[in-house]
Amino acid sequence: MTTTSAPAPSATEPALDVEGLCVDLNTASGTLRAVDGVSFSVRRGRTLALLGESGCGKSMTALSVVGLLDPAAEVTGGAVRVRGKDTLRMSAAERRKLAGPVLSIVFQDALTALNPVQPVGRQIGEPFRIHRGLSRRQAEEKAVELMTRVGIPEPRQRAKSYPHQFSGGMRQRLLIAMAVALDPDVLIADEPTTALDVTVQAQIMRLLRDLQDERDMAVVLITHDLAVVAQRADDVVVMYAGTVVENGPVHDVFSSPRHPYTRGLLDSVPEDAERGRPLPAVPGSPPELSAVPPGCVFQARCPLVRERCVRERPSLRSTGDGRSAACHFSEELDRA
Amino acid sequence: MTEAESSAVDGTAPVKDAAPARNRPPSWWLLLGRDRAAAVGAVILTVVVLVALFGRLFIGDRARRQDLDASLRPPSLGDGVYGLLGTDVLGRSVLARLIDAAATTLSVAVPAVLCSLLIGSALGLWAGYHGGRRESVVMRVADVILSFPSLLIAVVVLYVFSPSALNIVLILAVARIPVYLRTSRAEAAELRSRLFVDAARTFGTPSRHIIYRHILPIALPTLLTVATLDFCFVMLTESSLSFLGIGIQPPDVSWGLMVAQGRQYLQTAWWITVLPGLAIVLTTVSATVLAAWARIATDPAQRWRLTLPRKRRGASAAVPPEMIP
Repeated sequence: MTTTSAPAPSATEPALDVEGLCVDLNTASGTLRAVDGVSFSVRRGRTLALLGESGCGKSMTALSVVGLLDPAAEVTGGAVRVRGKDTLRMSAAERRKLAGPVLSIVFQDALTALNPVQPVGRQIGEPFRIHRGLSRRQAEEKAVELMTRVGIPEPRQRAKSYPHQFSGGMRQRLLIAMAVALDPDVLIADEPTTALDVTVQAQIMRLLRDLQDERDMAVVLITHDLAVVAQRADDVVVMYAGTVVENGPVHDVFSSPRHPYTRGLLDSVPEDAERGRPLPAVPGSPPELSAVPPGCVFQARCPLVRERCVRERPSLRSTGDGRSAACHFSEELDRA
Repeated sequence: MTEAESSAVDGTAPVKDAAPARNRPPSWWLLLGRDRAAAVGAVILTVVVLVALFGRLFIGDRARRQDLDASLRPPSLGDGVYGLLGTDVLGRSVLARLIDAAATTLSVAVPAVLCSLLIGSALGLWAGYHGGRRESVVMRVADVILSFPSLLIAVVVLYVFSPSALNIVLILAVARIPVYLRTSRAEAAELRSRLFVDAARTFGTPSRHIIYRHILPIALPTLLTVATLDFCFVMLTESSLSFLGIGIQPPDVSWGLMVAQGRQYLQTAWWITVLPGLAIVLTTVSATVLAAWARIATDPAQRWRLTLPRKRRGASAAVPPEMIP
């Protein structure tokens, strides 16, 4: 690789390490904290799921990691380390060198993420032209290889087609091809299957897994789909109102949640729903960013809420076995 | 994979109307042939350009040779080739003058349009993509240029300096730059927030590449359409400058100058004014029609409209052929 001289991380060192990330939104009515002290790390070959409902700050976290926040948002604290360097404190040029070979992202909406007037082969080849200085022809050759790899039939002919001539699933494959083009250490997948139907979803998830195994990437999977997390991720970070409420290995977290929000989410999966009985749900809705309470962020919807929760915000503390939860009473949940 | 997907992919879908192979874009000639108006426009423009380039080789000094005996003759078939379109008050052949003027007119209008197109779009795309202070500076410059009546600047500058073709080109180019600046800035400002631009940034594409590879191709059809319309405007402005006597100077001649000079004989000798006027109209209409065609033909998502046989085009053909099972 010609573009970066940093050593590849060893197996134990995290490929991506986010620590205390804070993002503020500057709005007309004042500054809102959209992401508040989010930390997580992921090693190569592992998959971390960022789980949470819409508006909980998971996409905002992803965008600040890749440096695509829009001008109204501002990273006010924390660190995002890849290959031992903090990307938040890098110059734009340094950061550009990392974008692609180290860190890349797959977007949710594949149609708008592809340029409508460029043949897809040329777009997929673009990373090679920028980072490896290949000619257009060589880059398109590479693009055809990648298209073969992600399962586009007749890639050589299809490379000359335009994005609107592909189906949704195929477009998502193209985006994935583009994202893995330069063999990144870390691949961030921002709800990669939300816009697709279930069978295509499964294919895309399988493709992501195969590519991950083949290239030994760390994958950060952003989703609100509990089933995807259960099947696909190794670790999970549950987010609520811009904060991390629980994290740990997926199996442990899902079998015995230590935060009432996680418990509520899991209970709301209609696996043994009966006709005529209301489906269980977490009552209420998440707080507005402008009205996050001073105590626990989840207090308004929590079945265990007590006086202490209103007064004091629980910090994320370790609860053993590599897990942590931000609840004053997580032990109670464990026993229940 | 769904069935529709596989049949679309392997190309065996029974595409009607013998459309060309799906992944090879149909040739430009074919696309042009399918739009009759655009084809006619292209032919007319080609003729005009050829006449402008080579016409002077054939007419010699006919455009300037005076023959007072043959003054103000109407168009007729009896006076040889150069009498076909009549003569002006000094007995000069209108046909020869039209041919000579074609070269002058195009040599003013084309460079002027190209200059303002290039400078205006480059600055506008750059300003629109980056936004912020760069955008403000560029847009304020555009406002300043627009706030002067362009004819007034032209009069002042051409009065101070000599009214040579080069100066006219420069004046017209500067006066028209704001049009491209504003159009391209608006396009770039809208496109820079699209997801594919973000996607390009996620793998570290430098901004000049984003502007050139992602934004320009989308903005270009609009800019070219603006440019062809502007081509008409520039030709007409050149005529008004000539009319005021600070444009093309006799004995050189341009279409606009011919219109201006023939005006006083309009009631007795219509051909001196009407024929060059017709030349201006024909050229500009052809350019406009061709621009409309180019807009569709260069848009990958619209191009299929031109590959349909004529009778199926229009409102009934709202679905691309590849989507018809």
